[in-house]
Amino acid sequence: MKTIAKTGNEAMAYAMKQINPDVVAAYPITPATEIVQIFSNYVADGEVDTEFVAVESEHSALSACVGASLAGGRVMTSTASQGLALMHEILYIAAGNRLPIVIALVNRSLSAPINIHCDHSDTMGSREAGWMQLYCANSQEAYDSLIIALKVAEQTAVPAIVSTDAFIISHAMERLEVLEDEEVQRFIGEYKPRFSALDLENPKTFGPLDLQDYFFEHKRAQIDDFSKVLGTYNKVAQEYAELSGRYYPALEEYKTDDADVAIFTAGSTADTAKEVVDGLREQGRKMGLVRMRMWRPLPVEEIKAALGKFKAVAVMDRSDTMADFGGPVFLETRGILYDAKKKPLLTDYVYGLGGRNIDISDILRVYDEIEQVVKQGKIDKLITYLGVRGEE
Amino acid sequence: MSMKFDRPMNWKELPAGCLIDEAATSLRFKTGDWRSMRPIWDAEKCIHCLFCWITCPDTAITVQDGKMTGIDYDYCKGCGICAVICPPKASAIDMVREEK
Amino acid sequence: MASLKELSKRTEGLVGGHRACAGCAASTAIRQILLAAGDKPTVTGICTGCMEVVTTIFPYTAWNVNLVHNAFENSAATVSGMEAAYRALKRKGKIDAEIQFIAFGGDGGTYDIGLQSLSGAIERRHKMLYVCYDNEAYMNTGYQRSSATPYCAHTTTSPAGTKIPGKPQKRKDLTEIIIAHEPAYAAQATPGYYMDLIRKVEKALAADGPSFINVLSPCVPGWGYPLDQTMNISKLAVETLFWPIYEWQDGKYKINIKPREPKPLVDFLKLQARFRHLLKPGNEHLLEELQAEVNRRWEVLLRKEQATNG
Repeated sequence: MKTIAKTGNEAMAYAMKQINPDVVAAYPITPATEIVQIFSNYVADGEVDTEFVAVESEHSALSACVGASLAGGRVMTSTASQGLALMHEILYIAAGNRLPIVIALVNRSLSAPINIHCDHSDTMGSREAGWMQLYCANSQEAYDSLIIALKVAEQTAVPAIVSTDAFIISHAMERLEVLEDEEVQRFIGEYKPRFSALDLENPKTFGPLDLQDYFFEHKRAQIDDFSKVLGTYNKVAQEYAELSGRYYPALEEYKTDDADVAIFTAGSTADTAKEVVDGLREQGRKMGLVRMRMWRPLPVEEIKAALGKFKAVAVMDRSDTMADFGGPVFLETRGILYDAKKKPLLTDYVYGLGGRNIDISDILRVYDEIEQVVKQGKIDKLITYLGVRGEE
Repeated sequence: MSMKFDRPMNWKELPAGCLIDEAATSLRFKTGDWRSMRPIWDAEKCIHCLFCWITCPDTAITVQDGKMTGIDYDYCKGCGICAVICPPKASAIDMVREEK
Repeated sequence: MASLKELSKRTEGLVGGHRACAGCAASTAIRQILLAAGDKPTVTGICTGCMEVVTTIFPYTAWNVNLVHNAFENSAATVSGMEAAYRALKRKGKIDAEIQFIAFGGDGGTYDIGLQSLSGAIERRHKMLYVCYDNEAYMNTGYQRSSATPYCAHTTTSPAGTKIPGKPQKRKDLTEIIIAHEPAYAAQATPGYYMDLIRKVEKALAADGPSFINVLSPCVPGWGYPLDQTMNISKLAVETLFWPIYEWQDGKYKINIKPREPKPLVDFLKLQARFRHLLKPGNEHLLEELQAEVNRRWEVLLRKEQATNG
């Protein structure tokens, strides 16, 4: 274990180096470019054994990853925003084929208007593609999560996206504790694929055509594989904690034990909110924070248990569903709580789109308002757009 | 290899992934009943040039030790390419209407 | 080069029981190509399209070699990824065999939606053969025009109407676009000239780098001709100069068949329903235009051959 200073992108690139995949196929995109740029330096200097395929688009990046993974390789890539959108078609194909590809992603808004800054619309738009999703709150977590995700992906044959917030994490320097290369290698172990298109003894046909008679069965089997991800994740996260001293639950609770109200959010905003909670606690206000880290698969029981104990919860969503019903975290959380024995009053704050700054005063306002909801015993405004000009 | 062909597999029986985990399983699917015309091969006339074999879309010309041995009616769809490509000096394949 | 007799002793790469239309040239072409490749371990990929659909209906596959289907526009990128993994695994001693890679795509998957993916894979110099089975339209979805569809051809999205006589634009010359990438080998072929195609596959797979073969593959329902005429049409395309079969390597062109007396283009066109409207009175000028275009392209090709073999 050693301590170094790294940005989120440097941390992800460093984890990729220590994982030392067989193939990385990638395409540059702001603000994730640095990840593969740094990684290609490792390749150029012979610090990894990886075949680096500098493709001509993100669509080809993930397509080449699918080919490499079917060929039995350990495979990673990196992208953001439009790049993930261009990969969208192949996300489903990678997952359907059970290929444990891992994407080091930087969350950036989707055009239009074009914008290079943070929100979660890119990954939230891909949440039905069959990929595990982990949202990180800082560089340390991004580094650790990439290593954890790779192992979970390979054990479950489910691909994974590990993401950081554009610029806020990707470009911010932090102190980081990293493992030794050998420790990472020992932790992830040798990759043993379920099958390989290079197996000449038993030729197979990958990605065949299903008609009405088999498509549903194949999807049902995929859903079953996906249902094992959370359990595997919990086990692997525990193993990682034993190795590194850092434990990352699928759902994190912060000062919630006696809290009446909580904010439920993700990413770097959760780290900011922790500071706010500390301040509120000093004032004697019983407020907590729940951080969603894994959003695919949904840690349903964990969310029910964590949020069920509050009188009111404010969800903070860094994207919108265009359903005229708030953000995806809000929508899905409402669904999860529907049959909970105890459930809080639930409101949604859509914030931070396109990198709009969210600071301590914004978060304080949310805590004030959610406290008000508890006092009134009812919700006046279900969905609030926080920090946008023109809102009353 | 875990494929079953005698009945539809349920989702728990499928090979893990999205694949057919053995080769050439289409041999279990007979396309011979597509035929409306049937090629009749005359072994006497055949000069074993193998032109019919190399141009058959359905791998339905059987060859052994470099010599044509017949037509596999399990897969032959009756397109008649073989009869057309057969050199006129041999004319070893005739197309006849398939009896229903 | 392997003789037919030798080839007949190899294991078939594509077996019967697939659902291609009777008389399908593309399935013949794939068979011939896999036979030509068949003496060495071969791993393949294919674009979504006719051949993928008819040969891989779960649980039935007609493939006797490993086949990877990813999506419509990306068989070049997918196979390039396989080839990259192969190099990595070989370097680590996890694979011993010498494996050759072949990617297949129709003209829709190659000329149109997959052109970028193919261009990228060739530029990156992956050692793989890309084969376009070119049936000159989107046959899988029901005969829609592609950029491979020739001038004036009737398709369901370039119908021969009362005002517009079929596809208003000329075919894109994909082979020349690929040659501009300076691959290790490029060629045009057609399964009617099977020995030529087989020789080209051997040459392409032996080349040290990316290679490309554009294989004109007549389509019975899409082109509208009697189903036993597939190989005749394939040959007529060459004999009328509609589809010159030639190759390019190390900067040099070589035309493989130069008909002493080329047949008139109409001999090729008149057998096909997609050109039937051109034979109606009043459309003579279109036939002339088509013939002139074929002649012009042939002259250009001859000059290229001369210029590069100086």
